[in-house]
Amino acid sequence: MVRIGVVVFPGSNRDIDAVNALRVAGAEPVVLWHESADLGGVDGIVLPGGFAFGDYLRAGVIARFSPVMRSVAGYAAEGGLVLGICNGFQVLTEAGLLPGALLRNRSLRFVSRQVAIAPQRLDSPFTRALESRRPLRMPVAHGEGCYFAEPAALDDLEAGGGVLFRYVRSDGSTAGEDDRANPNGSLRAIAGVTNAAGNVAGLMPHPETAVEAILGSEDGLGIIRSLVDSAAERAAAGRRSAVGSAR
Amino acid sequence: MSALAAPRVAEEPLHRRLGLTDDELVAIEARLGRRPNDLELAMFSVMWSEHCSYKSSKPLLRTLPTAGEGVVAGPGENAGVISIGDGLAVAFKIESHNHPSAVEPYQGAATGVGGILRDIFTMGARPVAVLDALRFGDPADPRTRHLVDGVVRGVGGYGNCVGVPTVGGELVFDPSYAGNPLVNVMAIGLLEERLLTLAAAPGPGNLVVLFGSTTGRDGIGGASVLASATFGADEPSKRPTVQVGDPFAEKLLIEASLELIERGLVEGLQDLGAGGITCATSETADRAGTGILVDLDAIPRREPRMAPFELMISESQERMLAAVVPERWPEVRDVCLRWGLPVAVVGRVTADGDVTIVEGGLDPVGRPNPAAVELARIPAKALTSDAIVHARLASPPARHRPAPAPGAAVEGSGGLPERGMDPGAVLLALIGGANLSSRQWVHEQYDSHVQANTVERPGRGAAVIRIKGTTKALVASTDGNQAVGLVDPWLGAALSVAEATRNVSITGARPLGVTNCLNYGDPTRPEAFWQLQEGVRGLGDACRALGLPVTGGNVSLYNESPAGAIAPTPVIGVVGLLDDAATRVGPAFLAAGDRVLLVGSSTPGLLGSAYAELAGVAPEDGPPALDLAREAALQVFIRTAIGRGLVASAQDVSGGGLAVALAEGCIWAAEGRGLGAVLRLPVKGAPAVELFGEAPSRLVVTCRPAACAALLELARQHGLPAEDLGAIGGDRLVIELVGQGATGASEERGSGVADAVDVPVADLANAWEHGLARALGEDGPDRSPGDDGRAGNPPEIR
Repeated sequence: MVRIGVVVFPGSNRDIDAVNALRVAGAEPVVLWHESADLGGVDGIVLPGGFAFGDYLRAGVIARFSPVMRSVAGYAAEGGLVLGICNGFQVLTEAGLLPGALLRNRSLRFVSRQVAIAPQRLDSPFTRALESRRPLRMPVAHGEGCYFAEPAALDDLEAGGGVLFRYVRSDGSTAGEDDRANPNGSLRAIAGVTNAAGNVAGLMPHPETAVEAILGSEDGLGIIRSLVDSAAERAAAGRRSAVGSAR
Repeated sequence: MSALAAPRVAEEPLHRRLGLTDDELVAIEARLGRRPNDLELAMFSVMWSEHCSYKSSKPLLRTLPTAGEGVVAGPGENAGVISIGDGLAVAFKIESHNHPSAVEPYQGAATGVGGILRDIFTMGARPVAVLDALRFGDPADPRTRHLVDGVVRGVGGYGNCVGVPTVGGELVFDPSYAGNPLVNVMAIGLLEERLLTLAAAPGPGNLVVLFGSTTGRDGIGGASVLASATFGADEPSKRPTVQVGDPFAEKLLIEASLELIERGLVEGLQDLGAGGITCATSETADRAGTGILVDLDAIPRREPRMAPFELMISESQERMLAAVVPERWPEVRDVCLRWGLPVAVVGRVTADGDVTIVEGGLDPVGRPNPAAVELARIPAKALTSDAIVHARLASPPARHRPAPAPGAAVEGSGGLPERGMDPGAVLLALIGGANLSSRQWVHEQYDSHVQANTVERPGRGAAVIRIKGTTKALVASTDGNQAVGLVDPWLGAALSVAEATRNVSITGARPLGVTNCLNYGDPTRPEAFWQLQEGVRGLGDACRALGLPVTGGNVSLYNESPAGAIAPTPVIGVVGLLDDAATRVGPAFLAAGDRVLLVGSSTPGLLGSAYAELAGVAPEDGPPALDLAREAALQVFIRTAIGRGLVASAQDVSGGGLAVALAEGCIWAAEGRGLGAVLRLPVKGAPAVELFGEAPSRLVVTCRPAACAALLELARQHGLPAEDLGAIGGDRLVIELVGQGATGASEERGSGVADAVDVPVADLANAWEHGLARALGEDGPDRSPGDDGRAGNPPEIR
């Protein structure tokens, strides 16, 4: 069974949601403690939501210095799959593993709400299990989720296929920067991004909390399943090359 | 700051400056057999405060029913615990943080959440839900807006960070709260029964371990100075008595405490709340029949040169006290340090029954060093179980009107200005008003879905939390009726219990138990104490009638300000159990063609209703009667009907009456797209009573046409009147009034006024959605319109 690491920082609180979602998606969750640099040979990594180190000073800015993050950076450099959700996304931008920054919501209030996001590409390791670009419904819950980057950087990001998800209205059209469908005022309605290599991604909404009908939406499962499938494939490829080099 | 630190200019004796009366000083000397020293006096002042000792309410609380099926822990423990099968139990309790929130709304509310969460996980339960019951004055008043904003940010700021979903509660505006808002917070936790941990310090020789945040000067005298006295004009001077919360530390404290309990490393655990170390040591020692020796030098502190009394009564947050077998200490220390929490052995459990405070350190076997100085020695029970109890005087106010007997005719009931009443316009005004409109503006600032268990989000009745690994779900609601309580505190409390349990039953869940937060005035005023006495009597009567135990709660007195006393406000929290979450029934209309039934009949009396507030109540009017036997039958009926799969949706008739209950079913239908209904309502008395009266024990139940006959028959079997009002369909809510009352009323009102309610559901939805933000002046540019991805809303073209 494919093993996906879930990093736990002091203050992580959606780690249990990530563990639950990975189980629903048929993977084996492996808890990774922030003080340990050992990733335990996992096939993929999730940085969960929460308030790592209380989000004191600035969300994610302290967590990035944890021993585990040095290993995560190295793992990502080798092409390992890393998905950051909410606080995990903030940690990845602070660590420089993803472009841009997450500023305080334009309302200057915490926002907890169901939103709709549309995948901008279906060929990413994090969206491959999605059958279409139809809007996905899932909750957001954050105070610092307004995606920001310089206009030129945003142009490059879009040109390079770095925009993974956008907030959309119910008709699928992209949300404006200050309408309700964009819960935090993110520039160009960006809800999630991926790095140039395509193996690291982050998003503010919570697919891991929308994986069962009883919770009001299963739309998040496609994203979690994409990660699990991609991780399984990569693990199999790794084993093949290992066998190859053994010859 | 506190009396001990204050310059001794005012030559009031110390005990008075600490909030103790002369009689109480005499009682203290009797228990000690000598005069207490200043430190001992400070310890007594917090422990004998109303907040810690319940010295006025104890005799009343003893009358409440506490036994019930599955009750594992009841009043006296940190929280009530009830078994729910599968080796699991639910822990729940509600508590107030009214005065701190009035002084400093953000920290007051935040530490209110932190305190009630500690009561839950102290018992070995993981907190799974928070509900906040909030009450403020006029929403148009800038001071109210400041308090609402601070309290909502505080509840969210703490709950969101610790990762416990805030799934429900109330937000009520009433003039009586202008100078004294109410911030009541309920927390619910889940535990494996085998891990139930009690707040006791057994085993002389065991180590007394303090872990969590360090001890500082915040919250000095919180219990005595702030929580147990009426507000004067000097609120700002009370700011140092407010504690400051650190939700990050609380999150670590939750994980560390649950790990210590899971691994069986502690003999007993108690959180430090009001009264700080003094309270935690005396209560745990008294419960175990032991004593505790505390070494002040060992207490980790965040400020230098703290005086002994400051260390002993500081209410610094996020701290826990544990009794630990010496051999376990290394493991306990390691767990705390791994979670980054300061931890220290601060004393020993003793056999002498005293709380003893020394300075100068203990030797390896736990005896004070030869050089150590004994600063205080008080029998633990003198501070807690043997604290003073006052017999207060009670007398009803002159204007008190008892509730009419069930069924009795009420003079002039419904005697409201009917002339010119357009029921549709009244309905829009009610559902768009500050008290009945959507609470979305509040709930969107709370994480309501962390932990991935939230089945029913806040805003549409009772909260529903599934229990992972089972088919079960917990259902919870808080309700409090202050409007009726002002006229008849017995009825106000009984109605509150009836509504809170009804809100749980209409989901199909079986209520398990009741927790309560009794918010009343100054108990030394006979009128205020009478209100408390009547409220407790109403709470007990209602719980006995419904067969439910009271498993715990909190009493908040002295809720008065220069502006006057609050309306007596019993806030009732109820937790219920759904055996199969999939069978849950919601309040939203489901499908066109479904029949709409009214179960239960209206009784006269508009006093205390939202309509009366809008239209101005006739002076001779009274509140509607409550028949507790009928209420019990109604709740059995709806649970049975849901169990047999007969019910499509169920909503109780409460604030705003039948018309508002029907409007909500329409607005919430089809994931917010809305559905209309065409109904005919037989009117016996005044139309206002039938449409907007808030007579209890009534439900709006919808069902497939095929199930209608069976539902009507089931209602008959339970002795409940029931009528088929019509069908769901279209995009308007149409309620035609038929019968004597209607005809007469229309003639009386003259021509040009329709008897029927006939309003587009879209208009109702619009009024409901924006009412609160509008009332608070929060519907500004930063919350421009536009949809939230909800299907069916018109897309915004930009």
